[in-house]
Order: sequence, then structure tokens, then C-alpha cells
Amino acid sequence: MSEDMTQFPLRLEGENAPMVRFMNVSKSYGELTVLDQLNLDVAPGEMMTIIGPSGSGKTTVLRMLMTLETINKGVIYVDGEPLTHMEKNGVLVPANKMHLRRMRAKIGMCFQHFNLFPHMTALQNCMEGPVQVLGLTKESARQRAEELLEMVAMSDKRDHHPSRLSGGQQQRVAIARALAMRPKVMLFDEVTSALDPEVINEVTGVIRKLVGEHHLTMMMVTHQMGFARDISDRVCFFYGGKIEEQGAPADLFGSPKKQRTKQFLSAVKEAV
Amino acid sequence: MTNWRWDFVWEILPRLIWATGNTLLAAGGGYAIALVLGLALAVAQRSRHKLSKNILRELVEFIRSTPLVLQIFFIFYVGPQFGVWLSPWTAGMVAIGLHYAAYLSEVYRGGIDSVPKGQWEAATAINLTTTQTYWRIILPQALPPSLAGMGNYLVGIFKDTPMLSVIGVGELMHTANAIGSESYRFLEPYTLVGVIFLAISLPTAALVRLLEASVRRTLGMS
Repeated sequence: MSEDMTQFPLRLEGENAPMVRFMNVSKSYGELTVLDQLNLDVAPGEMMTIIGPSGSGKTTVLRMLMTLETINKGVIYVDGEPLTHMEKNGVLVPANKMHLRRMRAKIGMCFQHFNLFPHMTALQNCMEGPVQVLGLTKESARQRAEELLEMVAMSDKRDHHPSRLSGGQQQRVAIARALAMRPKVMLFDEVTSALDPEVINEVTGVIRKLVGEHHLTMMMVTHQMGFARDISDRVCFFYGGKIEEQGAPADLFGSPKKQRTKQFLSAVKEAV
Repeated sequence: MTNWRWDFVWEILPRLIWATGNTLLAAGGGYAIALVLGLALAVAQRSRHKLSKNILRELVEFIRSTPLVLQIFFIFYVGPQFGVWLSPWTAGMVAIGLHYAAYLSEVYRGGIDSVPKGQWEAATAINLTTTQTYWRIILPQALPPSLAGMGNYLVGIFKDTPMLSVIGVGELMHTANAIGSESYRFLEPYTLVGVIFLAISLPTAALVRLLEASVRRTLGMS
């Protein structure tokens, strides 16, 4: 409560300003501390992957960024501006609805269980946000949605409802739906965890394509270590609500320095 | 059936059919009020405002725990003491609407609660407002599971309209009573009232089931 807000800058400026910054962010549910004084920067265009055991707070990081969870302490910045707070008379105060809504436009998210709207077709799922939120005409929203469904190879199923699509197909539509909002930051929360092994590649393939062709900032929580190693610029290993170790994938996977990282990686390897 | 007189049946049938129109009007008006007000009650009870939430919760409990006929009397006879003068028709429809709004709000609440949390999160992630989220995402999914309950209460309202006869609304029961006291014959008017109610209730219930299936299909959720 008695947090000194003057320690937090009102804006992040300069050439090296990160796209996302967590500054002294803490989150707890009663006694349980989920995140403890987290400091984390993600550079524009970076693909940053978070790995770690369950309960380490990795999914919470993404959910806080999407404003699905509030934070108890600290400030999160996105694209130079505070996300969780806003400026009032030269100090940062907790963000109001309007500020959150404006800032949320910069962020897109894909979920473990896809969360497509079941009463809409694939195409309608991708048009909903652009029409309702961005105010696009139906025609231009449809055109953009069709392009994105083409990119995720779902054009032929565009008039199907989610109930008629496989998990992998639903997740690809969900990626297209998020991209249709033109976010600057994309969040992938265990997007392959609910999929059958044989369709995981459909989804990872789409994400690979995004990394290769788009200058998006991406944050991903995953259990696919091979995939994380392949496409990440940086990997963070979370343990007990903190970043235990981070670095380039070759270093973190090839020669982890911390004991806990080694234990986790060898446990994961054995499971596969 | 020595007492049954067909000629009397044909004589009073036009009056009863006319009264059926009134009954349907009262039921329809009350149901329209209940549908809208019930939704408002259900959504308001999900707000984050603790105090108003609890007050509404208690109000719904209160309405559900007291008899409809008492509420009809209250609105019609006690209302004027507080400066609220309503015609029997208006008072009756308001009473029925209010009473069934309390029940329907519970149906809606169940329907809304059945929509997975992930739908709210996905709506937030594409930046829909709360109002857009309700209208475009949540309520369409809450509708199919609510339809059965909504249909039951439609039939329920219809069957409760005879209570409006106590404040003099000229619906079926009121008309049947009037015919009885004029002619001292009660068998035919009351029997006809029963037959008319049956003839409307049963097909309505069947229609609601058809509607439910067709809504599920339209929303791609079957």
C-alpha cells in the first residue's frame, strides 16, 4: 500500500526503450506469493520464452500483461507507457477502465484452451474485434480476416463453427483472431499444451512463420523445449515467482548455470 | 352428464374467447416486463458493487418468498397511498412482471454462469467493452441453456393470470366468474376455462422445445 510511486518513471523513452517492462512487480493471493519483485524487459521484436515448473508464476506474467490479473506492487510498461498505471498530476496512479482499454489494444493473446467464440464461425471470430472494437467496415474486416485465415492455412474452414474444428485448427483460428487486432505484443500461453501430439506442429509452424515474417514482440509460455530452443531470442527460467536464470536458448539449454535449471531441464528431458 | 348444456356452451363461448384475448395480453405484457427486468436483475447481481449486489439479492429473495396475489394487492391497493395510481391492467402486469422477473433472473444467472470463464478472457483480449461482451459473447451462449426455464415461466405466467381477477381485470377467470353469477351455471364456464388453458399451454410448451433446438442449431452449438 505504502509503495513509493516516485521510483517509477512516467514514461520509458529513448532508443533502447523496451516494448515490455515489468518493474518490481509483485503478485500474491493472500498468503501465496505468485510473483516476487519481478523485473523483466522484452525488446521490440524479441521472441521471449518463459519456461519453468507449474506454479512458478509463468502464466501469471502473461495474464497480468493482458490485464486479466491485477498486480499488487510495481508497474508494468508497454510500448513506453505504463499499462497498470496512468499519470495523474505528475504521479502514477492505478489505471482506470479507459486507460486499460486504450493500452490493451497493443496486446493480443492466445490461450491454452483456444477460447474461440462457439456461436461464431472461424471467419466471424476473426471479424468480431475489428468490427466492434476497431470500427472497421464489415468488408474490410472480412478481407483482413480472410488474409489471416489464409496465413494460418484455415481458409477452407472459414465458415465452420469451432465445434467442427480440431484442437489444432481452433488454435490456428485463435492466432488469426488475435492478429486481426494488429497488436504490438503477442502472448502465447501454453498454446500447444491441450493439443494432441500429432497436431502440435500445425500450431508451432504458424508461430515460426510469425517470427520469421513479422516484427512482432512475442512472449510465450511453453513446455515444448525443442520449439523454445529453436525460435526464441531469449529464454527465462521461472522458479518460485522469480527469474532463476535467463539467457540465449543455446546457453540456457546447453549449459545451464543454476542447479534448479539443470534439475528442471533434466526432468523435462526424461519425461520426453 | 345430464347437467351439461351445449346450447349454453355456444352462448358463452364468444365472451370467453374475447376474455382469452385479455388473458394473453396480460400474460404477454407481464412476460415482456419479466424478460427485460429479469435480465437487468441478473446482470446487476454480477456487478462488482457489493452493496447494490446484496440489496438486489435480498429483493429477489423477498419477491420469490411472498405470494403473487399479495404483490398484486399491494401494488393496486397500497400503491395509491404512496401516490402510485395504476389501473387494474397496469398494476396486474407490473405485479406479474416483477414477480416473474425475480424467477427469470435466476434462470439467466444460471445461463450466464454456465459460460466458461475463458470466454470472458477472450473477449477482454480482443478489447471488447463489458456491454459488448455481454451482448455479443456471453448472452448468446447463455440463451440456449436458459430457454427451457424461460419457457416454463411463460406457461407459469399464463397460468397465473387468473389471479388478476381479484383486482377486476377482465381475463378468463374473471369472465367465467361473471357468467356463473349471472346464470347460476358454473360447470360449463369453468370447464371451458380449463380447456382453453390446456389448449394454449400444451402447444406453447412444445413450441418452446422446438425453439430451443433451433436456437442451438443457429448458434452452431448443437
